[in-house]
Amino acid sequence: MTGGARSRRKRAKEGMSDSESELTVSLWRGAQHGRYETYKVPLRENQTVLDVVTFVQRHLDPTLSYRFACRVGMCGSCAMTVNGRPRWTCRTHVSSVAKSGRLEIGPLQNLPVIKDLAADMRPFFEKWQQAQGAFVPSRTRNDDIAPIKPDSAARITADAAIECINCGVCYAACDTVRWNSDYLGPAALNRAWTLVNDERDSATTQRLQAVAASGGCHACHSHQSCQELCPQRLNPTASIAALKRRTMWAYLKGEI
Amino acid sequence: MNVRLYVWQRLTAAIMVPLVLVHVALIFYATRKGLTAADILGRTRGSLAWASFYGAFVVAVAVHAGIGVRTVLAEWSPLNERGAGILASAFAVLLLVLGLCAVAAVVLP
Repeated sequence: MTGGARSRRKRAKEGMSDSESELTVSLWRGAQHGRYETYKVPLRENQTVLDVVTFVQRHLDPTLSYRFACRVGMCGSCAMTVNGRPRWTCRTHVSSVAKSGRLEIGPLQNLPVIKDLAADMRPFFEKWQQAQGAFVPSRTRNDDIAPIKPDSAARITADAAIECINCGVCYAACDTVRWNSDYLGPAALNRAWTLVNDERDSATTQRLQAVAASGGCHACHSHQSCQELCPQRLNPTASIAALKRRTMWAYLKGEI
Repeated sequence: MNVRLYVWQRLTAAIMVPLVLVHVALIFYATRKGLTAADILGRTRGSLAWASFYGAFVVAVAVHAGIGVRTVLAEWSPLNERGAGILASAFAVLLLVLGLCAVAAVVLP
């Protein structure tokens, strides 16, 4: 351990308060029932929220549980609730979210808590599958590759929604998910919309049926928290609105 | 909410848009011109046009509000979807009966 780290640990353990060089961090400890515990973490330049959580786990309390993998905003593992809002912690700078040197970090909302900051993502991915989020190919490996023009309308529409990393931020931010446990949620419906526009997919009818049922796209109230907080700057609300229109016409034509 | 209820709610909303505008214009006209109850009844009684206008209005309101109340109950009350559907249907029938009674009172000769 370096002298600096030793000094920080000593200061953190002693609870020394130095508002200019320290953050006061409250972390959720426990499972569904638990409490926030407060730690002092040294403030650093360009520090991310994930850095803060990692500091606590490595220097102050090794029993702290949380989830991360890539640390560069690609894997979608590290989303947590930061000062009341869901965020991807690896790409969220402390300077952009800390209020008066304070951070409150909890697990993602609208999901069961496994322990501390780790939410159980199973309901999120089960709904993703319920929305027929898996690609169903129309060709086999023996067929030629389907030619998709990059400037085709369907490809452009799919492109606008395709960069989802399944971090669960939109799901945790959604009021409708909170009120309606059957609601599939923004990410699953956004995924369904990309596949509806995938010319290679062969399950459009089943997918439209799945998202047109109770708890599907028509349950969305268009509050737009998903598009406001999506770290990838996607707009699931727009995808859901498009699904509403598409399923409505399919229903009126008797296709679903 | 599923696609069937969604279509009904949007359809009744589309029907109500012109009906609400005419209804509001009518209220302004009646109050600005100082029409009495007798004046109004004199124009509405026996009128198939007003019976159709307000009859359609009442039906659209009952369907539209019933679906909306069902969603509110399902999301904000402890009722499950079936319970919310039954209660909301009862509310829609109540609106329909009260509304049609009111229409009958002003259009029947």
